[in-house]
Amino acid sequence: MFSFPQIPDDVNRRTFLRTSTTGIGSVVLASLLNRDGILSAADIQAKVDHWKGVISQPQFPVRAKRIIYLCMAGGPSHLETLDYKPKLAEMHGKPMPESFTKGMPIAQLQGQKLTCFAPQHKFQKYGQSGQELSEVFPHIGSVADELCVIRSIQTEAINHDPAHTFMNTGTTISGRPAMGAWLNYGLGSENDSLPGFVVMTSTGKYGQSQPIAARQWHSGFLPSRFQGVEFRSKGDPVMYVRNPQGVTDSRQRDVVQAVQQLNQLEDGVVHDPEIATRISAYETAFKMQTSVPELMDIKDEPKHILDLYGTQGPDGTFAYNCLLARRLAERGVRFIQLYHRDWDHHGAVKEHVAGTAKEVDQPCAALIKDLKQRDMLKDTLIIWGGEFGRTPMAQGNGRDHHIKGFSIWMAGGGIKGGMSYGATDELGYSAQQDIFHVHDFHATILRLFGIDHERLTYKFQGRDFRLTDVSGKVVEKILA
Amino acid sequence: MRSLAWILVCGWLLEATTSVWAQSPPEKIDFNRDIRPILSETCFTCHGPDHNKRQAELRLDTRDGLHGATGGPKPLVPGKPAESEIIARLTATEPEERMPPASTGKVVTPQQIELIKKWIEQGAEFKGHWAYITPVESPLPKVDRPEFVRNDIDRFILSELNRHGLKPSPFADRRILIRRLYFDLTGLPPRPEQVAAFLADQSPDAYEKLVNRLLDSPEYGERMAMFWLDLVRYADTNGYHGDNHEDRDMYRDYVIESFNRNKPFNQFTIEQLAGDLIPNATTEQRIASGYNRLLMTTREGGAQAKEYLAKYSADRVRNVSAVWMASTMGCCECHDHKFDPFLTRDFYSLAAYFADIQETAVGEQPGTPIPTLGQQARLTELQARLTEAQAKLANPGLDLVAAQAAWEKQALIDLAGSKSAWSIVKPLKLEAAAKSTLTIQDDQSVLSSGENPARETYSVTTSTDLPRVTGLRLEALTHPTLSNGGASRSNGNFVLTGIEVSLVQPGGTPVKVLPIARAMADFEQKDFPIAHAFDNKPDTGWAIAGYEKKENRKAVFVFAEPVTLTADSQLVVKLKHESIYAQHNIGRFRLALTNSDQPALDDQGVPDAVLAALKVTVEQRDDAQKKTLSDYYRSIDPALLKLKQEVTQAETEVANHRKSFRTTLVSTSVAPRMMRVLPRGNWLDETGEVVAPAVPSFLAKTPSTDTQRQSRLDLANWLVSAENPLVARVLVNRLWKITFGQGLVKSLEDFGAQGSAPTHPELLDWLAIDFVRSGWDIKRMVKLMVMSGAYQQASTVSDELRQVDPFNNLVARQGRFRLDAEMIRDHALVTSGLLAQHLGGPSAKPYQPPGYWSYLNFPMREWQNDQGAGLYRRGLYTYWCRTFLHPSLKTFDAPTREECTVERARSNTPLQALVLLNDPTYVETSRKFAERLIREGGMDIGSRLKFAYRELLSRDPRPEEVSILSAMYQKHLAEYQAEQPAAEALAKVGAAPSAADINRADLAATTSIARVLYNLHETITRN
Repeated sequence: MFSFPQIPDDVNRRTFLRTSTTGIGSVVLASLLNRDGILSAADIQAKVDHWKGVISQPQFPVRAKRIIYLCMAGGPSHLETLDYKPKLAEMHGKPMPESFTKGMPIAQLQGQKLTCFAPQHKFQKYGQSGQELSEVFPHIGSVADELCVIRSIQTEAINHDPAHTFMNTGTTISGRPAMGAWLNYGLGSENDSLPGFVVMTSTGKYGQSQPIAARQWHSGFLPSRFQGVEFRSKGDPVMYVRNPQGVTDSRQRDVVQAVQQLNQLEDGVVHDPEIATRISAYETAFKMQTSVPELMDIKDEPKHILDLYGTQGPDGTFAYNCLLARRLAERGVRFIQLYHRDWDHHGAVKEHVAGTAKEVDQPCAALIKDLKQRDMLKDTLIIWGGEFGRTPMAQGNGRDHHIKGFSIWMAGGGIKGGMSYGATDELGYSAQQDIFHVHDFHATILRLFGIDHERLTYKFQGRDFRLTDVSGKVVEKILA
Repeated sequence: MRSLAWILVCGWLLEATTSVWAQSPPEKIDFNRDIRPILSETCFTCHGPDHNKRQAELRLDTRDGLHGATGGPKPLVPGKPAESEIIARLTATEPEERMPPASTGKVVTPQQIELIKKWIEQGAEFKGHWAYITPVESPLPKVDRPEFVRNDIDRFILSELNRHGLKPSPFADRRILIRRLYFDLTGLPPRPEQVAAFLADQSPDAYEKLVNRLLDSPEYGERMAMFWLDLVRYADTNGYHGDNHEDRDMYRDYVIESFNRNKPFNQFTIEQLAGDLIPNATTEQRIASGYNRLLMTTREGGAQAKEYLAKYSADRVRNVSAVWMASTMGCCECHDHKFDPFLTRDFYSLAAYFADIQETAVGEQPGTPIPTLGQQARLTELQARLTEAQAKLANPGLDLVAAQAAWEKQALIDLAGSKSAWSIVKPLKLEAAAKSTLTIQDDQSVLSSGENPARETYSVTTSTDLPRVTGLRLEALTHPTLSNGGASRSNGNFVLTGIEVSLVQPGGTPVKVLPIARAMADFEQKDFPIAHAFDNKPDTGWAIAGYEKKENRKAVFVFAEPVTLTADSQLVVKLKHESIYAQHNIGRFRLALTNSDQPALDDQGVPDAVLAALKVTVEQRDDAQKKTLSDYYRSIDPALLKLKQEVTQAETEVANHRKSFRTTLVSTSVAPRMMRVLPRGNWLDETGEVVAPAVPSFLAKTPSTDTQRQSRLDLANWLVSAENPLVARVLVNRLWKITFGQGLVKSLEDFGAQGSAPTHPELLDWLAIDFVRSGWDIKRMVKLMVMSGAYQQASTVSDELRQVDPFNNLVARQGRFRLDAEMIRDHALVTSGLLAQHLGGPSAKPYQPPGYWSYLNFPMREWQNDQGAGLYRRGLYTYWCRTFLHPSLKTFDAPTREECTVERARSNTPLQALVLLNDPTYVETSRKFAERLIREGGMDIGSRLKFAYRELLSRDPRPEEVSILSAMYQKHLAEYQAEQPAAEALAKVGAAPSAADINRADLAATTSIARVLYNLHETITRN
């Protein structure tokens, strides 16, 4: 666990704030009221309380400052995207050897005959590194040298909902904080007018749009200020961020300012440190009412950038969300999570993988190229992957959920590009070489942020909880 | 310092000892208060209850372990710290000697080592963990300050304050007191007239009268339900995956009712855990047993039943141990508890109590219909009506013989006019293109048997006497030899993808295919209409949802033109089954033709057999023919039909009335599932020991019943038995939190070694004993707390007191905290006059941003805002969707109720500001409140503000406040006068109409004032 000598203890901090608001503050207030009866907004802003995180001295070199996590929700088939298995093609139509499947958890194929199903797409080598990727990813292939492809990830939950929960929180039990909440708790945000943890979703045409529960970005037992905020492509981008009808920005400012002034007066009477925090929250909220629309307004993006991502503008697509992700990253948002809910391919895996891949291929590559040309790829970690993979066995002409071995890729933010890590067995069933458990995934991500995963903890129900529960090891080999 | 840093970081007020004793160590060291927390935090992981992880056979959580009494290592020598190994190890300089090892990241501070030394010096007296020892009644401390002491609670509080040289805070202003009482006991603010009445009441028992009145108000039950519903994770949806709706709101109403009727807590406990097992369980008790069904469940396709049953078991153990025992037994799913004496075996033994609950492992949980008293009365009435109708039908008192004779006469006349309808045709030749075997039955139907190919086409060659044919009727008929006794070879359903009727010459030469103009069927499965049977598309067809209902079905195909036949004409009918649904072939069918100009599904003629019998003269009819005719006539006699209709109608009414019953999930006991210990919680591992229901082994046992398996009722009785050391303490601690803002044990959710020790252990025990002695009387306990002097203190704090006791561990002042999410909403609703106040009922759907549910699926759905009263119900009635809780409530820390929530966070965030500023609920309440300011406050802005402050804050505004708000009002009034459309637009936020006679600019500017006031920190603070 950390000992945080840099953090002033609560009493001192609060005493400081109280002094500043009712000591000096009340003098200022009195003089201002004497002058024109109104306290200036600047004076209030001076009291903004900005969360800096519990870690001020990282234990390891900081390689990544922010994450863009591209969640391929539904569970992409590794066998058609990142993990080529010629042996599986040979075995096509033959029974899956029982030695692979015995005693293993199975989802919808329970009680059915298990038959090998050949990879439905060809693979080819891309880039100088010769990364082997599916032909469905020509654009991602064009940045192959930036990618570290991990072919040995394993998870523990075989149904969508718990599998997402496990991927995000390190456990399938609800009520634990998501990775984004942990990072904001640990490191704070670099932007005080946007949330530090932003979530967006898109849907496609080829998979069942699996539901995504808000628990995937919940702060769990951490304070709720760390929970993810959904940015939406329809309606208000952030809920309640728009002024009520009939209220102009200027009148809204009047209202907020009056709230601030009255709260300040109240603090003078009751000396409640929560009031300073409340004042700061209103300041941030008011700023968000400007910063969020500004963020979402992409009219300053040149056409060649829109073309790079393959979006026309606010159309709710994954491509548009990728562009917004870059804009959020530029503004210092710590954790940006994009769900594309189109990867659940129980049937027609050939056509559907091709279709969904087309929806994400160009935008993913664009994100890497765009960040690179802005010199931000070096400290922006990009993760691409689903909550699980899919069976080497056929489910009709599709594939079922699969947890024992699947693939993801990572890029930027201190990741070694142009390499692959780990391997599954010859049929793509179980991770065999360099098994990369989800806990290892989490441990490695925290390391990229300079954090020792065993020491970022929070006490709840009498126990020091952490993202990696009681395990997790950092995979040094994939660090640049 | 470590813990202080944590307290800052966490915003939690966990470790009581460090801050209170920061000044100086206590005179007399108490193991539980001072030593156990240190050992638990730094040593128990390796030297504690978990025997699998225990190092060096050393155990520091028991007396024997500490004193080396069992022959193991001897860590300490009472009275002699210098000779005690534990001190040597804690202070060793060699890394390999030093404890705790650096690798653990744990540190014992020098101050803590001093405490341990002092404890050893004083004899190293060990005490069992406080929470597991039966509460002990201490003598009431003798104290001074009679002006403060309102009841015995205050003696304990004062005694502790005296020890620290502190004095209590003065009593709060009466305006604050009444506001505090209202929020704590009803969740609503006092109305100004109630404040005025209380201020005016100078009688000595004015305060007590107020308390009594609030405890008796129906809003008390609503307020108390809020904390209970968080604990038991009450919600309106099932939580996993599709997060579908489930009816449980009757359970919520049960909770409200129970608090209002002041149901003793022991009874409340028993009803929830085992209401269904109580002999002659009442409806109420069965609803209460819905507690066991509140957990999250899944309907996700591909989810494995066994895995989810294991999840459900674990969920119930976590919940029951957290709610009643403030214990974190969830830890024991995989291993023995690291800090508390709970074993893995205890976890599964506790789970075994719930193994008898009937539930669906994966899929929908069917609710149980529960009629209200009124509905039950109505049901009795409707059933009586049905019985009467049935009796009439059984004994109609009609002269059916005469009526039949009259009908026969007329029928023969009609038939002479040849109004014949369908004539069933006899198959001459049968062929199956694939491998089915077709055989003709006595009734001229064709039965398919033998192999059932994936795709199949039946061909029937037939002829008819009719000179002209206008349509073909196909009947799909059930048969006992078919799957499930249905009409198909498959699962009861078939897909007829094509039908082809050709005219052929004898010898088989086709003349032409007869085009079909239209068709109708008596049943069409969704997306499989009859039209798909002749659309020339082999992948679409007619289906009958036969997997749901096994019934005869029929379809009529009308030819484009009537077909004239010669005596030797033949027809070939082909029935094609070519869909992707393999083997969905018709199992038995019969064909008929008609000459009618309006071929119809309803057979307007009479059946062949009846026709045949009719043609026989009365005298010549045999018995069978008589019966045929008599039966048939009875099916068409108008008077009889009317009676039949009356029966049908009465049946429908009964059925419809039943549908109007609210349903709810209740517990039903069935043969218990086998419960095994799952090694490391792995549900695939079946090697674990089989366990029977049992309470945690280290706690006092339930009375032995030897032969009989224990039930949930035994568990419930054990929880509320005199021997249980936890339950009463846990509950009074939570009531203390409601009335003081934090518990006497700060860690409300954890009474174990890692939780915080009680700040006032004697008081906690005294309250627990008093609570049980009073018959678990909750209202009495709440009253005791709010009547205390401690409760009535001011919540403001001096610098001096803040330094000494920053976290108010000594209760030298009242708590001061943000209102809960629901109360913030309720406050705005009640003051604006919009609140729709009635107890209970279905959950409500107030305004929610459109599209908020768009991440949900199976099915896709959109939240539909309620209309009328549903928009204005108290927050606790809001539809509780677990995966997407109403954003306004969630932003103010209402929990999703996926898991037990013992203590809500009290955050203070920018998103909260956005809610209060912009959520239509708060804009609408602002403008309705503004209407009240204008109507009831008067035209003068000063008087309006006075009215507003009294309404919202139970006080008068200060001059500076008036000046700030007046300035804004004047500015906005001018602006809105110039921008009428803007004023008009603001007046239209929300569904409640704005009063037409109020000037819109004035209304808008006054709305600005209201918005400011609803956003004030003071407005959403209970102090």
